[in-house]
Amino acid sequence: MAVEAGKRAGSIDGVDLQALFKEAGLAAFVAFGLAISVVGVRTVTIPGGLGLEYRWEWVVIAVAAVFIGRFVLAFRRETRSPARRAEREATMDRIGAGVQKVARIAGPLLFIFAVALPWMPFSNRYIVDIATLVLTYIMLGWGLNIVVGLAGLLDLGYVAFYAVGAYSYALIAIHFDLSFWICLPLAGLFAALFGVLLGFPVLRLRGDYLAIVTLGFGEIIRVVLLNWYELTRGPDGLSGIPRPSFFGLPFSRRVQEGSDTFHTFFGIDYTSMQRIVFLYYLILALALITNFFTMRIRRLPVGRAWEALREDEIACRSLGINPTNTKLTAFAIGAMFGGFAGSFFATRQGFISPESFTFVESAVILAIVVLGGMGSQIGVVIASVLLIGGTELFRELEQFRMLAFGGAMVAIMVWRPRGLLAHRDPTLRLGAAAKGGGP
Amino acid sequence: MSLAEAAPMSPKIVVPSGARPLLTVEHLTMRFGGLVAVNDVSFAAGDAEITAIIGPNGAGKTTLFNCLTGFYKPTVGRLSLDHGERQFLLERMDDFRIAQKAHVARTFQNIRLFPAMSVLENLIVAQHNALMRASGYSVFGLLGIGGYRQAESDAVDWARYWLEQVNLVDRADDNAGDLPYGAQRRLEIARAMCSRPVLLCLDEPAAGLNPRESAELNALLTYIKEKHQIGLLLIEHDMSVVMEISDHIVVLDYGSKISDGTPEFVRGDPAVIRAYLGEEEEDEIPPEVAADLAGEAPPGGEGEGR
Repeated sequence: MAVEAGKRAGSIDGVDLQALFKEAGLAAFVAFGLAISVVGVRTVTIPGGLGLEYRWEWVVIAVAAVFIGRFVLAFRRETRSPARRAEREATMDRIGAGVQKVARIAGPLLFIFAVALPWMPFSNRYIVDIATLVLTYIMLGWGLNIVVGLAGLLDLGYVAFYAVGAYSYALIAIHFDLSFWICLPLAGLFAALFGVLLGFPVLRLRGDYLAIVTLGFGEIIRVVLLNWYELTRGPDGLSGIPRPSFFGLPFSRRVQEGSDTFHTFFGIDYTSMQRIVFLYYLILALALITNFFTMRIRRLPVGRAWEALREDEIACRSLGINPTNTKLTAFAIGAMFGGFAGSFFATRQGFISPESFTFVESAVILAIVVLGGMGSQIGVVIASVLLIGGTELFRELEQFRMLAFGGAMVAIMVWRPRGLLAHRDPTLRLGAAAKGGGP
Repeated sequence: MSLAEAAPMSPKIVVPSGARPLLTVEHLTMRFGGLVAVNDVSFAAGDAEITAIIGPNGAGKTTLFNCLTGFYKPTVGRLSLDHGERQFLLERMDDFRIAQKAHVARTFQNIRLFPAMSVLENLIVAQHNALMRASGYSVFGLLGIGGYRQAESDAVDWARYWLEQVNLVDRADDNAGDLPYGAQRRLEIARAMCSRPVLLCLDEPAAGLNPRESAELNALLTYIKEKHQIGLLLIEHDMSVVMEISDHIVVLDYGSKISDGTPEFVRGDPAVIRAYLGEEEEDEIPPEVAADLAGEAPPGGEGEGR
């Protein structure tokens, strides 16, 4: 034993400590380079302009943290056997499948919770607002899930359809004075039309190329909105977008002569919560429609064709599936739901400008879909709650919020590279009767 | 364009057994830049017959298949498929229309299943077009009206029938990607058959199969031919499969057709032996064939060197 230890200086349990130190040192060196500029200097206002404040202790802390963290990670990696690693992966898969099963029971529970949320004792305006925001992203995630998760078309410009929906809603509502319930389908239709317009030229592209073109499309839409001043009022944005009404009953304190408002019609006192709660239920309904539609269409031939197309396009062609039409329907339907969500956004905010439709939005929606597990409906819900709700709740962290966001993403990519819930159930089964004695 | 006129243009191309030609290939040429992958190949494949296309590696067999199924557009040539009541000129059609309208199904040399979908789903996707019509192009299906439910259960029954034929019923709900290799090959054939083809093109179905699986494949292909009365076109290297089940063999070498006839004829054709064995290896040629060869070409000649 002593001889063994003597042969390889500094090794514990057969782990080469020297290599670990080297690895951790390298990571610390990289961290040092980054830390100098990121946390080492800070701009402060001094009399007569901006000055620099040096914070070397922060650099030391960052480098030490990276060194120790890397060392511990590497040490654990070395000491853990590969068998246990595989076992853990299998466990995670089982958990994924389990959650999917539980989702069947938890889905209705979640639904009841969502319906009851505004009436919960702990709920207040802030919570309902966050829930509305989360539901908007859930809806966007479900819409994008059709394109990315089911049809396998990587779309980095999904926010374009969100923007088209929002602007078409706003413009129609402002100029033609139509009610929300007429503008909503029109906005969805417009977005779907843009989906087809984008779809046609990019159908031949796959993977990275498709991603780049859709990214460009998203930017084009934003730049057009920014520069077409006569129509969109450019960076000034559109304001005074009509608020939705409860089947013709507006939510307003002041009652106009000869017409009812929501509170006078029902004979209750006016509170500003009424509109907030109504908006919450509105997005809940829209999101549920999206979910219902997706679940349903997955079991239809077109939904199966989307998934087949994601798996192997050549095989699809050999089976007589028209890839152009199939991809276009995926693009159009995904865009339509993006458009619905956009109209909701416009009517909720009452003001829209191109600022709201930057690439970051696309990235967040895509992150929700990918982190949730491509094609998983409940995964989108969990990812939205974590990403949107989480970042809202951790507002106290201020500028480190995005750091936490990035850290969470990296952690998920390390532990669950295929997303949180990457388990797929077949859309139909042959049934137990045919299985016989088989396992 | 008159399809009726097109058919009798080349009366010389016939099926050796005298069967009705299902597929007629005329002067098919496929060039990739300077490379001629298929060079002026003509043959006819009979209805309800197994036609094998054999030849050494790189002879142009898969290119021929890709032309037939629309993945390549041939440089020159006519590919006509005669259903009896309707004729199709395949060289003018898109790949998915060939499968959809002309009912030509194919399998691939490197298996192309939908690995993350279940075995049953693979077979249901193959019936996409019929189900699409039944679901009113998704509109009625979404609303849950019309006969979609019935159509889907019929599709499942048809899929179950083919699962029974390829012996995969107990794996129906597993992912196709989890099946062993031999089962994936069988599933690909079942999937192609689920699209109710009149011509089934199989690209090396026996590749990688063990002798027992090969024998099962022979039985399956013969069953498909006899029970369903469709034409089969087969690319194969495994001579035990080819010689046993084929009714008609076409031999390609360097893109050109070098022999065409019944298995007995092709087996004895000196051109085929030359292509497969080469001329240097005289000692491997049976004596009676060597004698034939001596009459045709001088042994050890340079002409066929590779």
